[in-house]
Amino acid sequence: MKIHVDVVSAEGEIYSGSASMVFVAAELGEVGIAPRHAPLLTRMRPGQVRVQQEGQDEVTFFVSGGVLEVQPHLVTVLADTVERAADIDEAEAEKAKKRAEEAMAEAHDRVDMARAQAELAEAAARLSIVQKLRSGH
Amino acid sequence: MAGAKEVKGKIKSVENTQKITKAMEMVAASKMRKAQERVEAARPYAEKIRRTIGHLSEANPDFEHPFMVEREVNRVGMIVISTDRGLCGGLNINLFRQVLAEMRHWEERNVPVELVVIGRKAASFFRRLTDIKAEVLDLGDRPHIDDLIGTIKVMLDDYREGNADRLFLMGNRFVNTMTQKPESQQLLPVQPADDDDLPDHWDYIYEPEPAELLEDILVRYVEAQVYQGVVENVACEMAARMVAMKSASDNAGDIIDDLQLEYNKQRQAAITQELSEIVAGAAAVS
Repeated sequence: MKIHVDVVSAEGEIYSGSASMVFVAAELGEVGIAPRHAPLLTRMRPGQVRVQQEGQDEVTFFVSGGVLEVQPHLVTVLADTVERAADIDEAEAEKAKKRAEEAMAEAHDRVDMARAQAELAEAAARLSIVQKLRSGH
Repeated sequence: MAGAKEVKGKIKSVENTQKITKAMEMVAASKMRKAQERVEAARPYAEKIRRTIGHLSEANPDFEHPFMVEREVNRVGMIVISTDRGLCGGLNINLFRQVLAEMRHWEERNVPVELVVIGRKAASFFRRLTDIKAEVLDLGDRPHIDDLIGTIKVMLDDYREGNADRLFLMGNRFVNTMTQKPESQQLLPVQPADDDDLPDHWDYIYEPEPAELLEDILVRYVEAQVYQGVVENVACEMAARMVAMKSASDNAGDIIDDLQLEYNKQRQAAITQELSEIVAGAAAVS
């Protein structure tokens, strides 16, 4: 009795083949999946995915999270390539918005180059002072 | 020989240009192959996640995520994928033309369109025409999904808050090396594929709640689609640049041929003139 396993990430297929047993770090603890497992859908924690095949060495992958889907004849590991957290996503979204706003502002009133550079230099100086102060403590 | 020398200089400069375009052509060709591999590599994830969504909508048909519900269209969001650099033929302009047509289509129905852009070319083009909600630039030849997450989230949040009722992805599709086709694809609401031989009555064991899981999966699904669009656009960019540079190299070759002919003529004329001067001089002496 075998179960088909697909381990994929958005940037590439990691593993595809059959197995006799699969172990995954699910959100509520490690789960072992044998063929004819009940349908299961769960989030994964960062951890190992181990694929066991009879008569062969165990294959191990590290995933930084994602979603696991189990069907009686099929295991799908949708692995994330990046670590995800709501606040990180939020910060990224803010950055993307800000870039657009800044670019728009620039298009509306073209600040003259010299002034912009002066401001930039000032900001850089401030930053280096802050860094010095921090490293002093 | 003054004229001939000038022509020789022109030949030299065109030859230098040709060297550059030839090099760019070859670089684009090898980058295109790599980009195509990446497009292939991204495909399994999109397929698998679509399959899972299909299973999910079959298992639990009562529960519907906002990303899967068709709403009345009052506002539309578009994600436009362009290249960062030029010298790739009409690739971007063809796409922008289609985007503009789509925008007009919606605006005629009094449906405002919101834009999110990927790539420098789209950013500078659409900035003059409309407000851009978010942008991401300089992804390079090897884009990563983490560079896209923020930009996509802006659109997804808009969708959640009802500021967009439909979400489209506009980018170039790689048909073959010679042909790239601008294409519009509906991202949201997601239309699940229901083609499977699963039994009728079953449900998953969910850990944690189905709503949270579905949210996770759908967000990843959209991200995977956009990522695939971006990688495919890189392949298109490289193919278009390769073709454009090839024709530039060919044109340079033609110009060099013409100039060479011109040079030979001038040289011949100079020799003839010199000869006739010598002959005339000799005749005058004797």
